[in-house]
Amino acid sequence: MATSNLVEVEDVTFSYDERQVLKNINLVVPKGRVVAIMGLSGCGKTTLLRLIGGALRPNHGEVRVAGRAINRLSDDELFALRRKMGMLFQFGALFTDMSSFDNVAFQMREHTNLPESLIRDLALMKLQAVGLRGAADLMPSELSGGMARRVALARSIALDPMLMMYDEPFTGLDPISLGVIGQLIRRLNDSLGATSIVVTHDVAEALELVDYVYYMSTGKVEFHGTPDQIRAAGLPSLRQFVYGEPDGPVPFHYPAPEYRQDLLAQ
Amino acid sequence: MTGRIAELMRALGARIVNNWVWRLGVAIRFLWLTLRESGPSFRRFHLTIREIYFAGVLSLVVIMVSGLFVGMVLGLQGYDTLVRFGSSEVLGTLVALTLVRELGPVVAGLLFASRAGSAITAEIGLMKATEQLAAMEMMAVDPIARVVAPRFWAGVISMPVLAALFSAMGVFGGYLVGVRLIGVDEGSFWSQMQASVDFREDIVNGFIKSLVFGIAVTWIAVYEGYDAPPTAEGVSGATTRTVVTSSLAILALDVVLTALMFRGQ
Ligand SMILES: Nc1ncnc2c1ncn2[C@@H]1O[C@H](COP(=O)(O)OP(=O)(O)OP(=O)(O)O)[C@@H](O)[C@H]1O
Ligand SMILES: [Mg+2]
Repeated sequence: MATSNLVEVEDVTFSYDERQVLKNINLVVPKGRVVAIMGLSGCGKTTLLRLIGGALRPNHGEVRVAGRAINRLSDDELFALRRKMGMLFQFGALFTDMSSFDNVAFQMREHTNLPESLIRDLALMKLQAVGLRGAADLMPSELSGGMARRVALARSIALDPMLMMYDEPFTGLDPISLGVIGQLIRRLNDSLGATSIVVTHDVAEALELVDYVYYMSTGKVEFHGTPDQIRAAGLPSLRQFVYGEPDGPVPFHYPAPEYRQDLLAQ
Repeated sequence: MTGRIAELMRALGARIVNNWVWRLGVAIRFLWLTLRESGPSFRRFHLTIREIYFAGVLSLVVIMVSGLFVGMVLGLQGYDTLVRFGSSEVLGTLVALTLVRELGPVVAGLLFASRAGSAITAEIGLMKATEQLAAMEMMAVDPIARVVAPRFWAGVISMPVLAALFSAMGVFGGYLVGVRLIGVDEGSFWSQMQASVDFREDIVNGFIKSLVFGIAVTWIAVYEGYDAPPTAEGVSGATTRTVVTSSLAILALDVVLTALMFRGQ
């Protein structure tokens, strides 16, 4: 594959214990682009991000970031590569024993020798970008869900990474923050020359924001294309997802024995 | 019948291997990793100091008050026994030796396990359950170096100091009861103590005990936290296991250490 792809996921299969979560996934993220991964809850999006970040290893296939196979790196090499990655966790994962400010400054203090005065300016700039400079001294327990997510976002971009992974950046945000964060993701990507992967359920926001979309269902890539192609495509499952229809080819329920039987069973 | 017994034996063996031998192996490997990654906890000593505050300084009150009470009880009980043999002037020796050799390290260790050990396990377990450790790893910071090692060393450093304070408070408590309350001669209380407490034999051995207990308790605490299933029940179970396992470890190690150290001159 060409080196113009920052992330290449090739034929990856992954299972937690017995249960297969991803089946022969293929996906590329070209340098400088913002790519969305969409799909129903539980279809394996977070798992895919973990594989790209090297937190999990595929059972089969290969994940390459910047041309290097993640599953063949030593621990030191993996850590070196991760310094250039930023990940927003689905549930924020802020360090609860540190203030918002210290959370954002964490990586700067760990990985750079910058003087504290400069770190202060940089961290405040990141907090300003997510609109929370005023909350710098609050502890995570004092933040609302949406605020915590924005602080986590500021923390994940602290070192201006070349690859950004956002796991559900929009959940729990009010419409104003949602628009602002959407623009921020785009702006960061373009001004830093970074590459971004956005996992989201927010179809409307995503189709405005991104360059390319991968739509997954039950561990497979069902469809991929530009936002225009997505809108134009008549794929029923995709239609159902985009317009949020409850009935369609995609089941709402996690696989289970028949409801009636389950209730009647003793 | 023999089939059933064999079945039971097999189940028992599997339990022992899975629950104890296997976990012990993993825990030893974990200790090795912690020691290997301990650089930052000394190079950036403020990380460790912070944890010494949480594990050590915040345990001060409970340790010192308990030491005082235990010493007072020793004074009462010791006097009651000694006076039957007409040798109440060696009360100081009795109190001091009991504390320095035995009760100081053991009781301080047990208190430390339930006060600081459980807190360490709960904190690390919760950090794991809320993905803070995973997030740290994604930021290319090793949680063993950043979270585990400073807590481990803080415990190892705090424990001997706490045990020493426990003993000191205990001696003071014995003095209050023996000399002030009951009226044992003050001069003989102190001079007997000074004459018969040996630095190498008693103080150093007591210190070694408390150091070993500190290592055991903190090792168990950080390991249980790091190994806890990432759920509420997982963390609470791990916290309980820390207290139970480290208390048993302290008492068992105490038998071994006492047998090695004090065989009567
Ligand atoms: N640690 C784990 N152990 C076992 N199974 C897991 C684990 N994490 C996730 N799974 C399973 O893997 C599947 C995919 O999970 P994943 O978290 O990747 O989904 P997702 O697409 O991110 O969903 P959502 O949109 O709800 O966040 C789910 O069916 C889930 O039950
Ligand atoms: Mg997810």
